[in-house]
Amino acid sequence: MTSTGGNETVSTDETTPAGAPVTAPAPAPEARRARGGEPLLQVENLGKHFPVTAGLLRRQVAAVKAVDGVSFSVRKGETLGLVGESGCGKSTTGRMVMRLLDPSFGKITFEGQDITTMSQGRLRPLRRDLQMIFQDPYSSLNPRKTVGALVGAPFRLQKVQTENGVKKAVQEILELVGLNPEHYNRYPHEFSGGQRQRIGIARTLALKPKLIVADEPVSALDVSVQAQVVNLLEDLQDELDLTYVVIAHDLSVVRHISDRVAVMYLGKIVEVADRNDLYERPMHPYTNALLSAVPVPDPSDRGDRQRIRLQGDVPSPLDPPPACRFHTRCWKAQDICKQVEPPLVELSPGHEAACHFPENTTVSATDEVARAAVALAPGTTVVDEPQAEV
Amino acid sequence: MARKQQAELINGGSGDSSGGRGAPTSFLEVRDLKIHFPTDDGLVKSVDGLNFQLERGRTLGIVGESGSGKSVTSLGILGLHNRRNAKVSGEIWLDGTELVGASAGRVRRLRGQKMAMIFQDPLSSMHPFYTVGSQIIEAYRVHNDVSKQVARKHAIDMLGRVGIPKPDKRVDDYPHQFSGGMRQRAMIAMALSCDPELLIADEPTTALDVTVQAQILDLLRDLQQEFNSAIIMITHDLGVVAELSDDILVMYAGRCAEYGPVDDTFHRPLHPYTWGLLGSMPRLDRERSERLMPIKGTPPSLINVPRGCAFNPRCAYGDLNGDKSTTERPELLELEPGHKAACHLPLEKRREIWDSEIRPKL
Repeated sequence: MTSTGGNETVSTDETTPAGAPVTAPAPAPEARRARGGEPLLQVENLGKHFPVTAGLLRRQVAAVKAVDGVSFSVRKGETLGLVGESGCGKSTTGRMVMRLLDPSFGKITFEGQDITTMSQGRLRPLRRDLQMIFQDPYSSLNPRKTVGALVGAPFRLQKVQTENGVKKAVQEILELVGLNPEHYNRYPHEFSGGQRQRIGIARTLALKPKLIVADEPVSALDVSVQAQVVNLLEDLQDELDLTYVVIAHDLSVVRHISDRVAVMYLGKIVEVADRNDLYERPMHPYTNALLSAVPVPDPSDRGDRQRIRLQGDVPSPLDPPPACRFHTRCWKAQDICKQVEPPLVELSPGHEAACHFPENTTVSATDEVARAAVALAPGTTVVDEPQAEV
Repeated sequence: MARKQQAELINGGSGDSSGGRGAPTSFLEVRDLKIHFPTDDGLVKSVDGLNFQLERGRTLGIVGESGSGKSVTSLGILGLHNRRNAKVSGEIWLDGTELVGASAGRVRRLRGQKMAMIFQDPLSSMHPFYTVGSQIIEAYRVHNDVSKQVARKHAIDMLGRVGIPKPDKRVDDYPHQFSGGMRQRAMIAMALSCDPELLIADEPTTALDVTVQAQILDLLRDLQQEFNSAIIMITHDLGVVAELSDDILVMYAGRCAEYGPVDDTFHRPLHPYTWGLLGSMPRLDRERSERLMPIKGTPPSLINVPRGCAFNPRCAYGDLNGDKSTTERPELLELEPGHKAACHLPLEKRREIWDSEIRPKL
């Protein structure tokens, strides 16, 4: 069992009591949203296995391990980015946090309350504080309802009393997200993609939530409109004191919008760190590979940029590789990677990675990981491996 | 500025494009291409006077937002528009053959053989009922008089060439048994089965993850070197364009806003729309900017394209031109060797804005 230095970020295998007061870390100098500090949302060892059934009796024959034990926490006022390739479980994680999917195991704590198994009825009052922005602005709005009805629905469902009537409240929100309040009686098809996404955001904001899970909020939009929505999300956060979990596959968007970033691979978090730390000093080889695969809009960079090309595809979550799930595609993989699963440990303050041979670290990662590995699987002898070059 | 005086009118006297200038020397040359769709609501001018050239072994990147006419252009080159509901005019010269006026049969023979297309979504552009192999075999046998066995061998060979493991086994798989990246590879194998000299890739990597995207871009680059084919890369991602293209054409509302060599266009863009696109992108290769600089508003409807400069309502500098922006359509002028832009702003002013206001904020 490793004792991580600061207990403000992800708890690895030690279980922090839910809602326990957490000492705030020294605020990063330029952290725009260093306020708050106590975790609003805490996720511990969360997992979702979808059963695969066969035969007449629908007996379970296998399970798709979409999410397989992730732990993270989100502090009040910050934005946590969840990145990864398709199928890595980022959306499933988001949906479980929203309780749109029931977790197979693990624990979700929202504002100190365990909501993992809370019934939908008891969850309803909490829905005010927990909202979601969906990816596709075309399919997430009912085409037969007016904007007024769509954005006003939360008020009716939650039986919220508004001072000057629902219509006034809706119009105020429409204005807040940059839509014309006169659009109240229009239908979704009359709007462009960017405007629809704004309607979706308006609906999310109606009840002044505390936490918003945004699942690919801009990926369906054109570049110029994408920037408008990204700016809008940031403005709203400053104005309304929102906390975001942003799920996206676009690493540049995630870097722009997030304070902290968690990288997922095959249902596991492989690295979590502050935005700058992660993008400047990625420790996990997978993060490195992801970052180097992003095409850069600068033609003079062509050729002289060092690139890591991963071979093949992500393995099936039906039968993920044992131990380190990345070892089948990793260029640094050694025997230990196939035998011992590297735990997510803090290798430098606030920067955690799950790798036996992390990069960009001055801390003797081998020791740290080795200790954890031995703790995890006693009996395995860890050979002193050559340390990864920086 | 001397260069400005030298600037020549590129599209002089558009309208009499029906021949006269004869066959061009370029491998592919598109002259004053117009593709209009009459609808109940009005005439949709999807492509409205487009000019460009492309040589063998070179790559042209066409960038634009949805509805800017980039895909319509590519379908136009391939002759895939139904002539009953699309009005196509202008000239498309492919290796000395004019395609707009050519018969459907003639274009069909060229399609697949001389020019081929990679579509965006391989799941919906491959037939789910047929095996991947049989679809490649069919394409190959349409243009080549060979037996099924020979065609099958060729299909396996092509699948191996694009990096599909165990191609002799996977050739009998159905599209749904392939992963997204593999389907796109199979799609490329199909497009390349007849060694086309012109390859049009319409958003080939948009549906793919970054690591797979990088693999596909590498593959296209390698195949281009091997076959010396000309590639038209249609995308909205400026990163992909910068990575692969030699020339870049920025489209806005069916017209060309800026056209030039990729280095010039990225380092000294001459059109406010290109500035806007660059400012809208969060970038990994720079320090994180505090705020993105989006373009205000949304792309215009192609039925009601704004009068004058189509970009005018969204342009932050449109007011600097007085009335000109709303009354007169800017011509596409060659302002630097090979680098053209359609904008009313004086060239010095544009350089000044780029150097002082835009570039520092990127």
